[in-house]
Amino acid sequence: MTSDILAVIFNLNTFNAALRLSIPLALGAMAGAFSERAGIINIGLEGMLLMGAFAGVFGSFVTGSAWLGVGFAAVAGILTSLIFAIFIIEFKADHVVAGVGLNILALGFTTWMMQMIWGTRGASPSVASVPAIVIYFLEDIPVIGRLLGIQSPFVYIMLAMILAGWVLMFKTPLGLRIRFTGEHPEAADSQGINVKKIKYFSLLLSGFFCGVGGAYLSLGHLSQFSRNMTAGRGYMALAANIFGQWNPLGGLAASLLFGFTDAMQMRLQGIDIGLANDLIQMLPYVLTIAVLAGAVIKSRPPAALGNHYESGE
Amino acid sequence: MKLLKKLIEAIKAFESWSSLLYSLVAIIIALILGAVFIIAFGYDVRVAFFHLYNGSFGSLYSLSQTLFQTTPLIFAGLAVAIGFKSGLFNIGVEGQLYWGALASAVVGLRVGSWPMAIALPVTLLVGAIAGGIWGFIPGLLKAKTGAHEVITTIMLNEIAILGTTFMTVNYFKVAGPVDQTARLAETVRIPPIVPGGDISSGIIIAIIIVGLTYFLLNKTSLGYDLQTVGNSPKAAEYGGIKSSRMTILAMVISGSVAGLAGSTIIMGRLGRFVTNFSPGYGFTGIAVAVLARNNPIAVLLAALLFGALEAGGMTMQLFARIPNDLIGIIQGLVILFVAAPGFIRLLTKFKTRKEAGERT
Repeated sequence: MTSDILAVIFNLNTFNAALRLSIPLALGAMAGAFSERAGIINIGLEGMLLMGAFAGVFGSFVTGSAWLGVGFAAVAGILTSLIFAIFIIEFKADHVVAGVGLNILALGFTTWMMQMIWGTRGASPSVASVPAIVIYFLEDIPVIGRLLGIQSPFVYIMLAMILAGWVLMFKTPLGLRIRFTGEHPEAADSQGINVKKIKYFSLLLSGFFCGVGGAYLSLGHLSQFSRNMTAGRGYMALAANIFGQWNPLGGLAASLLFGFTDAMQMRLQGIDIGLANDLIQMLPYVLTIAVLAGAVIKSRPPAALGNHYESGE
Repeated sequence: MKLLKKLIEAIKAFESWSSLLYSLVAIIIALILGAVFIIAFGYDVRVAFFHLYNGSFGSLYSLSQTLFQTTPLIFAGLAVAIGFKSGLFNIGVEGQLYWGALASAVVGLRVGSWPMAIALPVTLLVGAIAGGIWGFIPGLLKAKTGAHEVITTIMLNEIAILGTTFMTVNYFKVAGPVDQTARLAETVRIPPIVPGGDISSGIIIAIIIVGLTYFLLNKTSLGYDLQTVGNSPKAAEYGGIKSSRMTILAMVISGSVAGLAGSTIIMGRLGRFVTNFSPGYGFTGIAVAVLARNNPIAVLLAALLFGALEAGGMTMQLFARIPNDLIGIIQGLVILFVAAPGFIRLLTKFKTRKEAGERT
């Protein structure tokens, strides 16, 4: 019995699934890292992921090409974050309230559009999805082959984007400016940094990452969009960002943990372990709370997080 | 006479007139954008708004539907507002409401044979306690570890929906295709206002709780402490207020009001706990609180508005085939616009500039 459970949990298939399930979380966490490093609390990740997921399927449906769908998703993510950015930066909206408003708006909008386009409220028809790719020389290596040899291309896209994001944030002058803006906007301003521009850039970048992450949910993981298919992943991503100390690599590590729990949960539902599925499904949510409660004791968010700053005030 | 004078003075001194106006502008903008949406997808906006009105205030039946939707929204909006006043964003109303509902159903089934005068308040109270306990968890986590309540409460919502389903299916389910508990006895049912009518007296309980909340927040030292912590935790600490204790307390109070939202639904019209019964009252409660700018009295009006939109939205979907997700879009827009003080400033600036332009 116990060995059955362990066999399901510590199984290469579970790790493989964990890697895939961490994609939207890790991209969302990095999106959270960029906006929060620039001083903006981004509760809107959930809505941006959802818009990305919808636009991905819409793009694939209209053009017949899954990759163009991913492009649609990236643009949708950016546009959604632009709305958020205008409300936050121009209209000085409370970050958290506006984020929740954006998420409610995104849920209503995507469900409405689904009915307008496909006439259904539950799920879209199946569209062309992004197929898994085989990497020949990796495929033959024992463990790595099973994990990375045949994998969704989104895994590689995610890993490349996380690495690029980390370099951008910690190794470039622009990254320094972003971090400076979140820590001390007044000082950044006096150094000639255009605080407003930096905030826009960081938020739009957030939207881009979320768009791609959302596209994975609808085009990589599945080949359709369903109502509210993000189901709280945006908030989990934000928790992963905090656990990962506002660092894309840390966020990736935290997301792998969440992805693993999610994969485990799904696989445990497949075998009878004497625990109701309702309880098994709670695991990722419980873990998120536990991680968050444990992580924030030691972590220090950017100093000016949640503040509004106007040049010349 | 004296009372009337006092009332007039209170209305005159009401500092929130501008914020009321502000909320009105936000609603109007959201409705206009909603109308643009309707037109953009080829619907007749007059038909849509006709059904929206007809389904909410057009007849006595519609009005009862509106009030039915309004009742849980008063509790939910109030719960969110209490959190806000104390500097906390309780998105967990949905989960607290589920536990309140299940607890009331379970205890209501046990005490059904008691006299109504005891059984009914006990059943209500149990719902409030259950919601309070579910609010206590994120409150404690926030106070002790700093875990942001927005994330923890959303996770707790999912856990509550799964948890109440688990409990119902495994321990309290009656035979049948729907996962639900047995029907409650009349002694623990909140009676309709008009015998045989649809509007339960739950709305009267809601109004009483609004009054109690107003009193708690504005007339007691606990309310003062809560609001001080909400305005500035640092100042509160200097003033000798234990802000971590206030955080926990605020979440417990907020959660118990949310629990009542669930209790009154199942003790009112539903008459039993049904799994996944809430269409998202807790989330609409956020829109209610934001629109009311956390003023308990204004929550009544905001809840009525959103209750009307919910009821009218259903009619609109049924008769005009316009998806009622439009209501969700309007809610999201209302929250965004109310949360953004700069938007109105932009409008007024535009207006004064235009006036200035006209003069020259």
